[in-house]
Amino acid sequence: MSEKLLVNPIECEGHGACAELLPEMITLDEWGYPVVDGRPLPAALERDARAAVSACPTLALRLVRC
Amino acid sequence: MTTATQGTPTEGTATGLPRLLPRHGQQPEDWYAHVARVGRLPYRDAPGRLISDLQAAGLTGRGGAAFPVHRKLAAVLEAAQARRRPPVVIANGAESEPASDKDATLLWLAPHLVLDGLQLAAEAVGAEQAILYTHADRRNDVGRRLRQAIAQRQAVAVDRVPVELAEAPPRFLAGQETALVNHLAGGPAIPTFTPPRITERGLAGAPTLVQNVETLAHLALIARRGPRWFRQVGTEAEPGSMLCTIRRSDGVPRITEVPLGVPLRALLAGPGEQGLREGAVLIGGYHGTWVPAAEAAKLTLDNHGLRRAGARVGAGILITLPQDRCGLVETALVVRYLALESAGQCGPCLNGLPRIAAALAELAGARPRRGTRANVERWAGLVTGRGACHHPDGAARFVRSALTTFAAELGRHERGRCGATDTTPFLPVPHGSAHTEQDWI
Amino acid sequence: MLCCASRRMLENVSGINSSTALWYASRATGVVALLLLTAVVLLGLLVTRQGRLPGLPRFAVTGLHRNISLLAVAFVAVHVLTAVADTYVHIPLTAAVVPLASEYERLWIGLGAVSLDITIALIVTSLLRRHLSRRLWRAVHLLAYASWPVAWLHSITSSADMRHGWMFLLAVACALLVVVAVGWRQSAASRDVPRAERVGLLMAAVHGRDRASRR
Repeated sequence: MSEKLLVNPIECEGHGACAELLPEMITLDEWGYPVVDGRPLPAALERDARAAVSACPTLALRLVRC
Repeated sequence: MTTATQGTPTEGTATGLPRLLPRHGQQPEDWYAHVARVGRLPYRDAPGRLISDLQAAGLTGRGGAAFPVHRKLAAVLEAAQARRRPPVVIANGAESEPASDKDATLLWLAPHLVLDGLQLAAEAVGAEQAILYTHADRRNDVGRRLRQAIAQRQAVAVDRVPVELAEAPPRFLAGQETALVNHLAGGPAIPTFTPPRITERGLAGAPTLVQNVETLAHLALIARRGPRWFRQVGTEAEPGSMLCTIRRSDGVPRITEVPLGVPLRALLAGPGEQGLREGAVLIGGYHGTWVPAAEAAKLTLDNHGLRRAGARVGAGILITLPQDRCGLVETALVVRYLALESAGQCGPCLNGLPRIAAALAELAGARPRRGTRANVERWAGLVTGRGACHHPDGAARFVRSALTTFAAELGRHERGRCGATDTTPFLPVPHGSAHTEQDWI
Repeated sequence: MLCCASRRMLENVSGINSSTALWYASRATGVVALLLLTAVVLLGLLVTRQGRLPGLPRFAVTGLHRNISLLAVAFVAVHVLTAVADTYVHIPLTAAVVPLASEYERLWIGLGAVSLDITIALIVTSLLRRHLSRRLWRAVHLLAYASWPVAWLHSITSSADMRHGWMFLLAVACALLVVVAVGWRQSAASRDVPRAERVGLLMAAVHGRDRASRR
């Protein structure tokens, strides 16, 4: 079962914690908002992805099945 | 009031067009005239029965997204049965696109066809609540017309589901599905994040069907005449007819019903005109695509045919830019409007559209700075796909197509010149913008 | 005060006064809990304003806020258990979460129970956040503004030590920090731009900036 990252852009306020914890899949644009790689998450990054999801203060970042 | 032309400009007998609008005169149809023209409302007396006809007909949404109607109805019916909650059906007549007039025209001239479609769609999904959502009056008292129409139907007891009228605020996003539901629930007309889709969980948590008013009008005719009739015009992959709002060089909007697949040159070259050779054509409205006129002359009005120009049919808006106008100036004015109409909820859209608008204003002026065009390209890329709705995507598409199609004009502006001789704005852009929360409610 | 306690403990080497030890432990862990809870509130306010701690990554602010709140609850647990275990006064275990269940210092200990109840709700709703509606989580989290002052009042009223000397200064310092931080947060939030005005403001800013740089 593969998963991918999804951002709710309405809840996202650009805290940027996610990009620190998962730089391989998330970078910040010039305004501080996350640019998320929407491809299936490599298994090796799953732990970091869950940390990133958990660290979001507004719960904007989610892992969904794809 | 926009003038509706009867029939299609193509040669020969495009079978039985016009279908939606009454053939004679510009008089709004009352109930009796409507029944005399198209016959009585053919209820199926059970949910779901109409859906297979719609699938055979291949009817897709006429609001711009061209989503298969049978799939939407099936999704709502399924959600309603699974969750045991009666769904809500909403006829979307918001027509928030400033350059579009076809829905307003349809509601003015043939409201009963739309209301028939609303009843049939409600029956097909088992809804007990129906809402007709229209734009705050543009030129005529459409609200009063519709109230009369609904009252007439109540008098003859033809409606099985009561219909409420609701008004959309004059915002570009007011017709977006989730924004519409948000507004009807008492909030501002700003989009919400999906999932869950509104077909699953929409107004008051009920499965919600939103269909464009023109789509419902086609549905009302398919229910009477069958899928094969519907397919008599159009193409195999994209059957049927559609209403278009066409503006040629004189700027007057004309509503015409055309078969899908009709060549653009038949629609855009007026009688006596040389045909499309120079200049540019805007296909699909303000989330659409600018195409050089010579290229547009080779295209047909269907998504398959438009794909190679990077365009889509959308809600059937076709505009020829007069050759004495500057495409960059027109684009900049529209993008300024699009930016001001952002809901301001999502970082990329909120930050990107105003900057793109300012940069375009610069490109539309004399001697823009060196990096400005590259900035626009970069920002257009940054906003695409990163909002809760497709507003930034559409704006980016519109902008990029302008930079490509008006490349020569860009070059002239860099040298301090402009190819235009008329500075009067051509594309219709509303004046007021939203300043407070109340403007969205 | 703690060094007096340990000296006394050493003096009673033959028969360690366990009651005294428990009581001191309860008071000590109570003070630490108050300090930790103060830190949690300050960090929480920082999170809402997207503030950063110098030298630390962004995720550290949220991380510290959450972890220190768990640590604080651990200290409160020891604080409660030692107070209950101490036989000098009778405080039933239920008094930890049921206000006014204690006969000893009914009101002041009751305040502690109220604060702990709210803190538990905060933590449970946060752990289950993914399954709750945003509105519910937010509503409960707003109760933090009640939980901290109640905890502070509990500290001041339950222990005479907290009302004298350096412990009193500590309590006042905590209160000042929280009041100032809340004031800062409110004033910053009042300058936040309402959603409907954001895009208009930015449009004016970028157009103005462009015009200025082109002169």
